[in-house]
Amino acid sequence: MKSLAELSAIRDKMKNQVASRANDLDGTKIIVGMATCGIAAGARPVLNAFVEAVAGSGIENVTVAQTGCIGICQYEPVVEVVEPGKDKVTYVKMTAEKAQRVFDEHIKGGKPVTEFTIGSAQK
Amino acid sequence: MVRSTVLICGGTGCSSSGSAKIKDKMVEEIKAAGLENEVKVVVTGCFGLCALGPIMIVYPEGTFYSRVTVEDVPEIVSEHLLKGRIVKHLAYDETVKDNEILSLNDTAFYKKQKRIALRNCGVINPENIDEYIGTDGYQALGKVLTEMQPQEVIDVIKASGLRGRGGAGFPTGMKWQFAANQPAGKKFVCCNADEGDPGAFMDRSILEGDPHALIEAMAIAGYAIGSDQGYVYVRAEYPIAVQRLQIALNQAREYGLLGKDIFGTGFNFDIELRLGAGAFVCGEETALMTSIEGKRGEPRPRPPFPAVKGLYGRPSILNNVETYANVAQIILKGADWFKSMGTEKSSGTKVFALGGKIKNTGLVEVPMGTTLRDIIYEIGGGIPDGKKFKAAQTGGPSGGCIPEKHLDTPIDFENLAAIGSIMGSGGLIVMDEDNCMVDIAKFFLEFTVDESCGKCTPCRVGTVRMLEILDKITSGNGTLEDIDKLEELCNYVKSASLCGLGQTAPNPVLSTLQYFRDEYVAHVVDKKCPAGVCKNLMRYVIIEDKCKGCTACARKCPVGAITGTVKQPHVIDAEKCVKCGVCIETCKFGAIVKQ
Repeated sequence: MKSLAELSAIRDKMKNQVASRANDLDGTKIIVGMATCGIAAGARPVLNAFVEAVAGSGIENVTVAQTGCIGICQYEPVVEVVEPGKDKVTYVKMTAEKAQRVFDEHIKGGKPVTEFTIGSAQK
Repeated sequence: MVRSTVLICGGTGCSSSGSAKIKDKMVEEIKAAGLENEVKVVVTGCFGLCALGPIMIVYPEGTFYSRVTVEDVPEIVSEHLLKGRIVKHLAYDETVKDNEILSLNDTAFYKKQKRIALRNCGVINPENIDEYIGTDGYQALGKVLTEMQPQEVIDVIKASGLRGRGGAGFPTGMKWQFAANQPAGKKFVCCNADEGDPGAFMDRSILEGDPHALIEAMAIAGYAIGSDQGYVYVRAEYPIAVQRLQIALNQAREYGLLGKDIFGTGFNFDIELRLGAGAFVCGEETALMTSIEGKRGEPRPRPPFPAVKGLYGRPSILNNVETYANVAQIILKGADWFKSMGTEKSSGTKVFALGGKIKNTGLVEVPMGTTLRDIIYEIGGGIPDGKKFKAAQTGGPSGGCIPEKHLDTPIDFENLAAIGSIMGSGGLIVMDEDNCMVDIAKFFLEFTVDESCGKCTPCRVGTVRMLEILDKITSGNGTLEDIDKLEELCNYVKSASLCGLGQTAPNPVLSTLQYFRDEYVAHVVDKKCPAGVCKNLMRYVIIEDKCKGCTACARKCPVGAITGTVKQPHVIDAEKCVKCGVCIETCKFGAIVKQ
């Protein structure tokens, strides 16, 4: 290594990996239901889609976590997006493609994708 | 793509309780579950809560699993990692509240801590330089080499108020300034990693958990004083620390962060390891440098100070591991940031190794000025089994005992000295009502008698005489004059010894004499040990009213010291009794007591 630029390149590459170990989860949380029902309905590709989208975007302060069964198994895969100071948004019957849209429009754009939410599914 | 990280503590404490096997099992189970591309297992340095080891933390949730066993691993993998259900019954009790899992930072142990020196311990993999770089590692070195003059570096360290964490609290920036002021030529940057105080292990944890922080800081120091060679003097008794440090040195060289022409700036710096053979005196700076030179580790008079004439007769600086661990952070975040923590004369934080009669044994880092009460009761969880606090011992064999009335003293270098102890390297041993203070003083003095290098008479002979008096007192043959003589001798040894070892050796005796003189008096006047520790002063007695005359104790006594007729109170013959305690265990009526 002969320059600071090389050092910074390694730092940027590693930052997300190490930052996910921070104890203060103040930022946005994307929580994927990963109980038996969720996994059976296809939650794993959804989870991976979110993880890749977050890592690829370089956005900090967003964590992707998993949780157990929320109790609405008929709507799995279920994803919750929790932003500080805002109401929780619950997405249902998710797929990897839908995950990408949620990431682009909601996480990055700040506008929830209403058509995927539990509210519109129950109508 | 990694979505979850499992951190397993690979510090000495957790390693000895089997964390390596847990890691192997974890890797195996994750593979069996097909999660090897999604879950990363990282072995880290010490988390600090050693009492609860082996420790495992799963991120991003931050779930804290304590006392993990190999048998627990399949459940954690199938429930938590596969299905996202936190295994509540394995999580640390304090993090499970009303069915919710709290963040580790919300537990009493971590809430009041402020981690700077320990910032990466338990967070990154110490054997992977990329992870250190990922937490802004080596940015400070880059900054000083490309943007700052050596004098500017020294000015920042001076302005930060950083003082030596090894015990004496000498201002680090001043030390660097002295060495920098010497004419150019060969100079040395040394690190004291010869952590020898009984019960202290903060330096070990930094070496094991964040070795690159030390390497980076030493290179910065090298640039500041104009040196191209560093030495780390580390105890051979720290095999994991030595191994990780060696790995870290190799990685830093491979990346060109050590060696020639670092960052293309023309600055050269490299570090060598020197293993200490376990002599306590080698923690003293002149003895340490003599030992690096390959000679017998003995101190020499100062001046000349090492900054003028140190290793190989050249200007040298010596700082402690924890001191170095603060340096890169100060460069990156500024002197004002560091000064904003702690007290006026002692800025920043201090790491303490909590031990003795305390619930949460482990490592804590708190801002200077935190009270002992907060450290012991809030962070440390208080004294186990509802026992009463008696004293806190800081500074190891060079320090003193602090009684309850000083528990609310804000801890910094000046305040601790004012109440007869020293900061020392940060060992903090808590004692309760079952500890005899005369016995404690004797324990530490036995240590210094063993470790005295023998070069100067006050330390070599004086400490032995002091120990003889303490022996006399604890065996019940002491007189009041002995206590006075002991005190006088302490003051002679303190003022006449050559180096810090002898000068501070009387501290445990002096501070216990100051605060617990009544216990010494009880030993010599009443011939009693109030805490029931000193065997020669202890008597086993049968309480007449409680004894039913069942003869159980008399039948168990190995020396036949208990006599009496059936259904009549028995008696113990103190002459024959060997104080083995079998009778107390045997008695069903609680009729036998130690006095």
